[in-house]
Amino acid sequence: MAYFLRRFVFFLGTLWAAVTLNFLIPRLQPGDPAEAIVSRLAGQSESVDPAQVQAIRVMLGTPDGNLFDQYVQYLGAVLHGDFGISYTYFPYSVTHMIGQALPWTVILVGVTQIISFVVGTLLGTWAAYRRNSRVDSVITLGSTFLGTLPFFWLALLLVYVFAITLHWFPERGGYGGGSSPGWSWLFISDAFQHSVLPAVALLITGPIGWIIGMRNNMVQSLGEDHTRLAVARGLPRRRIALTYGARIAILPNVTGFAIALGGILGGTVLVETVFNYPGMGRLLLESVSSRDYPLMQAIFLFTTIGVLVANFLADLLYGFLDPRVRKVESA
Amino acid sequence: MSTPAPAVPAPGTDTEGVQAAATAVARTTRLPGWFVILWRNRKCRIGLLMLAAFVLLAVFAPLLAPYDPHEDAFPTSLGPTGSHWLGTTAQGEDVLSQLVVGARTSMLVGLAAGVLSTLIGLVIGLTAGFVGGWVDEVLSFLINLGLVVPALPLMVTLAAYAPVRGIWLIIVVISVTGWAYGARIKRSQVITLRTRDYVTAARFAGDGTARIIAREIVPNMTSLIVLGFMGAALAAIGGEAGLAFLGLGDPLTVSWGAMLNQASLGGAMLTGQWAWLIAPGLALSLLITSFTLINFGIDALSNPHLRED
Repeated sequence: MAYFLRRFVFFLGTLWAAVTLNFLIPRLQPGDPAEAIVSRLAGQSESVDPAQVQAIRVMLGTPDGNLFDQYVQYLGAVLHGDFGISYTYFPYSVTHMIGQALPWTVILVGVTQIISFVVGTLLGTWAAYRRNSRVDSVITLGSTFLGTLPFFWLALLLVYVFAITLHWFPERGGYGGGSSPGWSWLFISDAFQHSVLPAVALLITGPIGWIIGMRNNMVQSLGEDHTRLAVARGLPRRRIALTYGARIAILPNVTGFAIALGGILGGTVLVETVFNYPGMGRLLLESVSSRDYPLMQAIFLFTTIGVLVANFLADLLYGFLDPRVRKVESA
Repeated sequence: MSTPAPAVPAPGTDTEGVQAAATAVARTTRLPGWFVILWRNRKCRIGLLMLAAFVLLAVFAPLLAPYDPHEDAFPTSLGPTGSHWLGTTAQGEDVLSQLVVGARTSMLVGLAAGVLSTLIGLVIGLTAGFVGGWVDEVLSFLINLGLVVPALPLMVTLAAYAPVRGIWLIIVVISVTGWAYGARIKRSQVITLRTRDYVTAARFAGDGTARIIAREIVPNMTSLIVLGFMGAALAAIGGEAGLAFLGLGDPLTVSWGAMLNQASLGGAMLTGQWAWLIAPGLALSLLITSFTLINFGIDALSNPHLRED
C-alpha cells in the first residue's frame, strides 16, 4: 500500500507545483503583470476594451493585494474551475473554449497513440525475436531513419502531396462547411476524412520510441537466467519469446507511455497548426498570437494536468503489473 | 548504516573501461584515444563527416551564401532557376542563401542550449546524487516535475510573455525546459559511483566534497556527459525549429524552422515551390541524422562489445 500512497503524494505535489508554476509564469516579467499586459495590448491596437482589462484582472487577481493574497485568490478561482473570460472569444468563458477544443485533441492523440503503442510494441517484439536478422536491421534502421525526420515537416509534405496535389483528403480544418458538430453520420464521416492526414502525420513517427524501447528491453530480458532456464527445459522458442521475454520487456514501456505524453502533446501543437485542426494545440497558438493570456494560461494548465493524471494512472497500473515495485518501495 | 536506494544504472554507461581502452589505443597513435574509437566505427565516421560539413557551412555561411538572406529585391515566388538554385520566397528573398545562413542558427542553438542544459542537469544531478537525504528528495521532485511538464507548451507560454524574442532568449527558454532528462540519468550514475572504493579512499585521505566530485566522480562520467550533451543539443535544435515554425522564434534570425513557417504561410504549396518546402526540412533531418550516427559511436565508446576494430 505504501507504494500507492507514495505515488498519490507525488501526484498531489506535482499538481500543486504545476498550478503554482502557472501562477508564477506571468509574474516573471518585471512590474505589475496586469499593467504590463494592458500596456502591451494598448500598443497593439488603439483602444483597450474594459472587458479585456477585467479579464486580465480576473486571471491575475487584484494587483493591490500582496503576492500571497493574489496566490490565495488564484487558487480559489482554479479550484472553482473559473479561468475568466476569453477576450478574443468574448463573451465565452475560457472553460467553454477549452471544452470545445478538448475532444478533438483527446480523440486524435488517444487513437493515434494507442495504435502507435500496439504497432511499436509488436514490431519491437518481432525485431528482438529475430534479433541480428534482416528483419531486425530493417525495423531498427528504418525506425532510426524515420525518427530523424522533423514531423511537422512530414505533416507539411503530406498536405502538399495528398491534399493540394492529389486532392485525396481535405487540406485543413476538423470538419467541412456543410456539416456542424453533432452525432450525425454526415459530421462523423466528414470529421474522419479531415482527421486522416493529421493522424498519419502522428503515426509515422509515433511507434518509433516503442519499437526501439521494446526491442532493447526484450533483447536484455531474453539474456537473463530465467530465460536460459526455459531454453534448457526445452520450451518452444515462441513461447519463451512471448511469456519470458516480451512479458517482462513491456513493463518499462507502460511508464514510458505516460512520460512520452508530454512530448506527444508538444508534437500535436505542431501538427494541429499545420492542418488548422480545431484542437487544444491550435487554440494555444491562437491565444498566443491574439495575446489572449487568460486562455493561454488555462490551456497550459489543462495540458500539464492531463499529463500529470496520465502519469499517475500509469504509476498505479505499474504497481499492479510489477509486484517488485511495491516490495522495494515498502521495504 | 543504511544502504543507498537501489538506482537503475543508465543503459550503456560502463565508463570505467573507456579510459583504459582509450589509453591503450592512444599509445599507438598521436590522436586522442576516444577519437580513434569513434573514428573506427563506420556509422560514427559518416556522422562526424556530416557534422563537420554542417559546421563548415555555418562558419563560412557569409562567404558561401550567394546573396544576403534578407535581400528581397528579387522576383517573388520563383521556382528553381540558374541564378536562384532553390528559388525565391514570397517576399523575393533567395531560398539558398537563407538555407546556408540558417545552418548558423541551428548550430548556435544546438551548441549554446546543449551546453546550458547539460550544465543545469549536471549541477542538479550531481548535487542530488552525491548529497542525498532531503536535498535529493527535493531535487528529485524537481527533476520528475521537469520530466512531465510538456516542454513545447511551456516554451510557447514562456516565449509569449517575452517583450523581445531574441535568439538568446529562445536559447534560455529551451534550456530551462530541457534539462530534466539529463539530470535524472546523471543522478543515478552518481549514486552508483559515490560508494565506490576509490571515492571512499579519497574521502579517508581527507579530500573535500568539491575535490572528490571534480577529481573522482566527473572524470568517470565523461561519456555520459557527452551523450547527454548530444541529446540536449539535438532536442534544442528540434525545439528551435518547432518554435520558429510556429512563428514564435526570433523574427530577425533566419532559421530552418522560420523558413518552413514562411514557406507554409507564403503559399509555397499552392505555387508548387517544392524546393522551398523540401530544402529546410531535409537540412534539419540530415543534421539530426549526423547526431544519431555519432551516438552509435559514443555507445561503442562506453560499451566495448559494440566496438569495430
